[in-house]
Amino acid sequence: MSTLSAKAAGTQAANSKAASTDPAATTPAIRGTRHRRVDRSQWVGYLYIAPAIALVIVFFVVPLGMTAWMSLHNWPLMGTHSFIGLDNYIAITKDVRFWRALNFTFYYTVIVTIAIFAVAFPLALFVERPRPMVGAYRTAFFMPVVVGFASASLLWAWLLNVDAGLFSPAAYQLGLTDKKVNLLATFNPAFWSIIVMVVWKVAGFTMVILMTGLQSIPGELMEAAKIDGANAWQRFRSITLPLMRRTLALALILSVAGSILAFDQFYIILRGGPRNSTLTAVYWIFNQSFVSFKLGYGAALSMVLLVILVVLSLVQLRLLRNPEGM
Amino acid sequence: MAIRSRERSLASLFADHGTGIFLSVVFIAPIVWAVLSTFKPPMEARQPPLPPWPTTGFSVQNYVTLDTFGDGLWHAAQNSIYVAVMSVLLTVLISVFAGYGFSRFHFPFKNAFFLMILATIMIPFQSILTPIFLILTTFKLQNTLTGLVLVYVTLQLPFSIFMMRNAFDAVPKEIEEAARIDGAKSVALLARIMLPLVWPGVVTVAIFAFLNSWNEFLAALVLMTDQSKFTLPIMMTAVQSGRFGAVDWGAVQAGVTVMMIPCLVLFLLLQRFYIRGLTAGAVK
Repeated sequence: MSTLSAKAAGTQAANSKAASTDPAATTPAIRGTRHRRVDRSQWVGYLYIAPAIALVIVFFVVPLGMTAWMSLHNWPLMGTHSFIGLDNYIAITKDVRFWRALNFTFYYTVIVTIAIFAVAFPLALFVERPRPMVGAYRTAFFMPVVVGFASASLLWAWLLNVDAGLFSPAAYQLGLTDKKVNLLATFNPAFWSIIVMVVWKVAGFTMVILMTGLQSIPGELMEAAKIDGANAWQRFRSITLPLMRRTLALALILSVAGSILAFDQFYIILRGGPRNSTLTAVYWIFNQSFVSFKLGYGAALSMVLLVILVVLSLVQLRLLRNPEGM
Repeated sequence: MAIRSRERSLASLFADHGTGIFLSVVFIAPIVWAVLSTFKPPMEARQPPLPPWPTTGFSVQNYVTLDTFGDGLWHAAQNSIYVAVMSVLLTVLISVFAGYGFSRFHFPFKNAFFLMILATIMIPFQSILTPIFLILTTFKLQNTLTGLVLVYVTLQLPFSIFMMRNAFDAVPKEIEEAARIDGAKSVALLARIMLPLVWPGVVTVAIFAFLNSWNEFLAALVLMTDQSKFTLPIMMTAVQSGRFGAVDWGAVQAGVTVMMIPCLVLFLLLQRFYIRGLTAGAVK
């Protein structure tokens, strides 16, 4: 208590002109009241954070509680809602199309994450060494990142279009195919088209994250290994990868979390097709909540997605917190 | 011997920059392709973009056509500009105040509040859109751009407040104390003394707020059901889905160009601040 009070008094003395001119400042009684005044002056801090807290509560904390609450209800857009307990969750267990969507989402997440790393890691190694022009290359690789997902999707929807697009007509004119192939008509070409588009859009982002990791590796370490006769692959495996563990974990988590929440590209380019085979989890929730207006059921689906993401975030915190673990 | 090693280093130099230039072209090509094709006359724009540049004369007809769909391109662009600019201003204002509060004051539950704000990063906003819609309706903000702005600002807060608190933490306390002794009041002190010192952080926060609100798709799609309130991504998706008749790809790419250019210009001008924001999380 006394150290706390002394510390507060010290802050006060430094902060306030009045304190240094107050002759009674040394008596214990006055110091006690001053301590309380110090605290109160610090409460001004609440005013500074109040707008932020208000927004986060109104548009995040309350909606979060409401999602949980609504998930226990039959809640149509119009008319009254009724409490139905866990019925929505029981319905989810039987909702084959949701599980198919979730399954597809995980499949997409795994493939796209591998693809992004396969492109971004070589790019990061390429732009990491300082040399002329490297800044320009870095900027070029990064440009698709700042273009929004919606813009990029609209752009690629055109490039992938069978009649007015680029790829099919170009392949046809070059004689690679004997007719214009509709890339978006069957699952595999459509799926891989999306993968290519997302890699083009996101690789620059992952590249920059990985690059900061590479740059934090001390140069002397590499030199020492080189002198000891380690070849490029050995240096990469025993120095680069272990020292980049945290960075890799971060890039991995960002990619995985982003992919699990994928919506824009599947909605804009494929509309979930062909034959609903590319509906993602968020897309299915969107359909249930805002096309069928089953708000309660949509909320229950949201809770499932939310739990998956929170678990993922907690795993992330673990990965980032203790570098020695695992 | 010397000549051969110089040849080899020259060859590797060519290989290095050849790779760099080739990859740069690959990454930029789709953007350039789209932008060039928008200047084709409508007849030509319906054909595959081979070559990408106009061959039958330069035309801005695609942009003119786009303005005839629904409330028009210009109206949607105005909506987008309003939403993005308001989001930037509010995000900066709120996160500067909050960052200052978290950095410089000591009050009960401070860390709890800070953690609460940061923890929202873990929750995907996609999962709480329905209640957000209902809350906006309660406040009579459904289908208003202001409502959308408030949602976007909230989504920006965790990152922005984190950035601003770190920025204020990096300013030595002595500067503030000196100003205080000179009699500066809190808010004036913040505006006159502190703001110039944390300016790079403010720019970073502003860029991210602009890009994210300008490009955001799902929340705008769900919350803005009235056509006159469409932002550019929603408007262009409606055009591309054939809502206004047969899909006019020339017009769609014109819209894509209008959406892309501000982002690219902003990024090229303020790249340093953008990358700083990106790596702030990675280094921590």
